[in-house]
Amino acid sequence: MGVYRRIAVSEVGDVTVVRFVDRKILDELNIQELGEELFDLVEKEDRKNLLLNFSHVEFLSSAALGKLITLDKKIKNHGGVLKLSDINAEIRKVFEITKLDLVFDIADDESAALAAFD
Amino acid sequence: MADANWLWHLDTKIPSDYAEGHRVQEEILSRLEKLEWIRNDLFGIRLSMEEALVNAIKHGNQLDVEKQVHVTCQIGEQRIVITITDEGHGFDPEAVPDCTQLENLERPCGRGIKLMRSFMSRVEYNPRGNRVVLEKLRVDGSTN
Repeated sequence: MGVYRRIAVSEVGDVTVVRFVDRKILDELNIQELGEELFDLVEKEDRKNLLLNFSHVEFLSSAALGKLITLDKKIKNHGGVLKLSDINAEIRKVFEITKLDLVFDIADDESAALAAFD
Repeated sequence: MADANWLWHLDTKIPSDYAEGHRVQEEILSRLEKLEWIRNDLFGIRLSMEEALVNAIKHGNQLDVEKQVHVTCQIGEQRIVITITDEGHGFDPEAVPDCTQLENLERPCGRGIKLMRSFMSRVEYNPRGNRVVLEKLRVDGSTN
């Protein structure tokens, strides 16, 4: 497993659970690094099933949304599944305004998301 | 904008550097926190400032640290008005595709502008498109 600065990675069965180190995912440079770490999970470590747990996250900018969209495409290209969970009400609104709640599979909490993986 | 009722005023120029942008954001947000603006308002204002500053630094000034971003902020009892001006050529916000159209959902287009328009009460660009005015009317604190 690689060494990561922006994410904490654990495994539950065949699902890789990712938590974010930063409470505010706003800084462009941090977002760039975050994206590279997430992409490595798929492209270098060949992980198929990813769950992003946002319980620690308070803020998220559109640059971070762009990375999530790219991640979703990479996972689909690898035949995997991406799910999101534990998104607070304000960030949920960000997904709804941009209609990305239609693109991503968002569960209320981690256990519900894990149960939804095949 | 002349208004005798402003409680606080900021007028500063920063280099095209994200850290400087965040420093200004924190200065404005800490002032709003002292004035007990509610969390929902603070979230929307932070997000809108971030989007506007990234646009100014990255797209407007092309990350050229020799170019500056001019930020002004006026806070009153019931509203905040922020202007962010870069030294770029500007852009036409009306020409940016609608990011919520099905065919654009996964494209990197206009999401920041959409968020600003949703979270702020008023978002206006000058004709050149290198200055944005962000205004937010305060929500009644009793609702939070």
